[in-house]
Amino acid sequence: MSGRSLRRHVTSGLMTGLVAVLSFTAVLALVLILGDLIAKGASSLNWDFFTKNPVPAGQSGGGVANAIVGTGIIVGLAALIGLPIGIGTGLYLAEYGSGRLGWIVRFVADVLNGTPSIVIGIFAWTWLVRPMGGYSALAGSVALAALMIPMIARTTEEMVRLVPHSLREAALALGYPRWRTSLRVVARTALAGIVTGCLVGVARIAGETAPLLFTALGNLNFSTSVTQPMQTLPHQIYEYASGPFEEWHRLAWASALVLMSLVLLLGVTARWAIRQRHGAAR
Amino acid sequence: MRLRGGFSCAMPRCYRSVTDAEYVSDRMTTLPIHPATTPHAVPAPAPTPQSEWRTLRGTNVGDRLYRATLTALALVLPLLLVTLLAELVVGAWPAIKRFGLPFVWTSVWDPVAGVFGAAPMIFGTLASSLLALLIAVPLALGVAIYLTEFSPKWLRQPIAFLVELLAAIPSVVYGLWGIFVLIPFLRSYVVPPLRATLGWTPLFGGVFYGNSLLAGGIILAIMIVPYIAAVSREVLLAVPASQREAALGMGATRWEAVWTAVVPYGRAGLIGAVILGLGRALGETMAVTMVIGNRHDISLSVLQPAYTMAAAIANEFSEAVSDLHLAAMFEVGLVLFVVTVIVNACARLLIWRVARGTAVGSRAL
Repeated sequence: MSGRSLRRHVTSGLMTGLVAVLSFTAVLALVLILGDLIAKGASSLNWDFFTKNPVPAGQSGGGVANAIVGTGIIVGLAALIGLPIGIGTGLYLAEYGSGRLGWIVRFVADVLNGTPSIVIGIFAWTWLVRPMGGYSALAGSVALAALMIPMIARTTEEMVRLVPHSLREAALALGYPRWRTSLRVVARTALAGIVTGCLVGVARIAGETAPLLFTALGNLNFSTSVTQPMQTLPHQIYEYASGPFEEWHRLAWASALVLMSLVLLLGVTARWAIRQRHGAAR
Repeated sequence: MRLRGGFSCAMPRCYRSVTDAEYVSDRMTTLPIHPATTPHAVPAPAPTPQSEWRTLRGTNVGDRLYRATLTALALVLPLLLVTLLAELVVGAWPAIKRFGLPFVWTSVWDPVAGVFGAAPMIFGTLASSLLALLIAVPLALGVAIYLTEFSPKWLRQPIAFLVELLAAIPSVVYGLWGIFVLIPFLRSYVVPPLRATLGWTPLFGGVFYGNSLLAGGIILAIMIVPYIAAVSREVLLAVPASQREAALGMGATRWEAVWTAVVPYGRAGLIGAVILGLGRALGETMAVTMVIGNRHDISLSVLQPAYTMAAAIANEFSEAVSDLHLAAMFEVGLVLFVVTVIVNACARLLIWRVARGTAVGSRAL
C-alpha cells in the first residue's frame, strides 16, 4: 500500500471512529440525565408524595398530589380541545389537501410547530386570561392545545396517506359516500397510526412549562376548578428547583422522575404501537 | 336522474380522478345530470322515485358537510397564526410607537423609568443559540452519519431510539439537571482548566458564578441534538444509493464516499436540519431561564450570566409593572416570533428541496 493510500484509509478509519464516538456521546448524555433522575428522585417517592399536598416552605414532608391531579386535568382538557381539531386538520390535508389551502395549512402547521411555546402562552394570556380577569387552568389547556394541533395534524396526515388507495376505491365502488369512506374505511385503517401520533403529542405537551407560566400559573393548594389557577408537575418542578430549600430540591427531583416516567410511558407506548403497525404492513 | 345515465359518460373521468386522489362521488354528484346535456344518457325515465332522490341528495349533503367540517377545522391553524401575529403587534404597539427601531439595539432596561431596549436579550438569545449549534452540530451530524453509513445494523434502531428520547425529556427537567448536575460539574472540572489556559481572552474572562451563557449553551445543545440528528438522518437516507456506489466504485474509501458524495448531495437538507435546530434553540424557554443567569447585560464572556428573549418573557411578563413594560414584553415576543418563523420557514424550504413534502422531523418524539 502506497503512503498516500495508507493515509486515506487511516483517515477513513479515524473519521469512522470519530462519528461513532460522537454518537455514543449523545447517548451518554441521555444515560447521564436518566441516571441522575433515578438516583436523586427515586428515594423521595413514597405514598405521601402522591397523596399529600405541599406543606409551607421550610417544613419537611408533603407531596405533590395537587400537581399530579392538575397535570391530568390540564393535559386532558387540552387533548379534548386539541385532538379533534388536529385530527380534523390532518384528515383535511390528506383528503382535500392538494390545493392551495392545503399548501398553506401544511406550511402554517410546520411553522407553528417550531414557534416558541412561550409565545403561544402570550396568545392564551391575551385571549383568555385578560378577558376573564384572572389566571385559569382553562387558559393553560388552550395554550397546550394550540401547541399540539400542528403536530397532531401532520402525523395524522402522514398516517392517513399510508392507507393504500385501493381500499378507498373499493369502498367507493361499493357505493360508500366519500365521507363514510374517509371515516369508516380510511381513518379506521390508519387508526393505530393516528392514536400513536396523539400519544406522542400528549406526551410532548405534558412536559411543557413555558406556556403555563402566565396562564395556569400554579397553585399551592389542591384545586379542580378549571377557572382557577392550577398547579402542574412541570411548573412545580420549576418552582421547587428555583427555590432555596433542600426539601424543595428533593421534591423537584422526585416530581421530575414522575413526569419523565409519564412522558416516557406515553412515548414508548406510541413508538411500540407504530413499530407494530409498520412491521405488520411490510 | 338515474345513476345509470350518469355513469356511462362519467367512467373515464372517475377513473382519472381517483388516481389524482380525487373521489368518484365528488365528481359524480357534480356531473351534469340533465339528460339533454349527456349524449349517452338513457332516455329519461318517468319521474324518479322519491327514495332514489333522497339517496343521491343525502350522499351529496353528507360529503359537503364532511368537507365543510374538515375545512373549518383546517382553517383553525392559519387563523391561529394570523391572530397570534395581530395580537402581538397590537399588544406591542405602544412600545413600537414609543421606542421605534432602536428598541432592538439599545440596552437600557429600566421598568421603573419606563425605558426599554432589548439588545442584551437579543444578543443573549443569539449567543446562546450559536454556542449550542457549535456543540450540537458535530454531535448531531456524527449521529446521523454514523447511523446511516457506518453502524452495524443491529445498533441502528437502539441508538436512533435513545437519541430521540432526548427530545422527549421535558425542558424543565433539563433545567433541573442543569442547575444541580451540570453547573456543579462545570464549576469543578471544566471552568478552572478553561480559565487557566484561555482566561486571558475576553471569551473566558470574569468570575464564574455558575449560571452563565456556557451552561445555557450546553443545555440547549443537548436539547437540539435529537432534532438535528433526526432530520439529518432522514435527509441522508434520502440520498440515492447510487451516489455512494459511484464514489466507492471509483476507489474512494468509505469516509471519502460519505464526505464527497453523500453529504454534498444532501447539503441543502442538512443545512435545513441545522437551521431547524437553531429555531428550536432560539425559542427554548424553561431550561435556559433556569441556568443562564437572567442578567440584563451584554458580556462577551461565556462564563458570565446572560439573558434571552424567551427567558425575559417567562420572568417578567406576568409581573410587568406598567402598561409600557407589558407592551415592551409583547414586542420582545413579537421579535422572537418573527425571528423563529423566518428561521423555520427557511429550514422547511431547504428540507423540502431534498425530501419533498414529507413531514420530516415532526415524528421526532
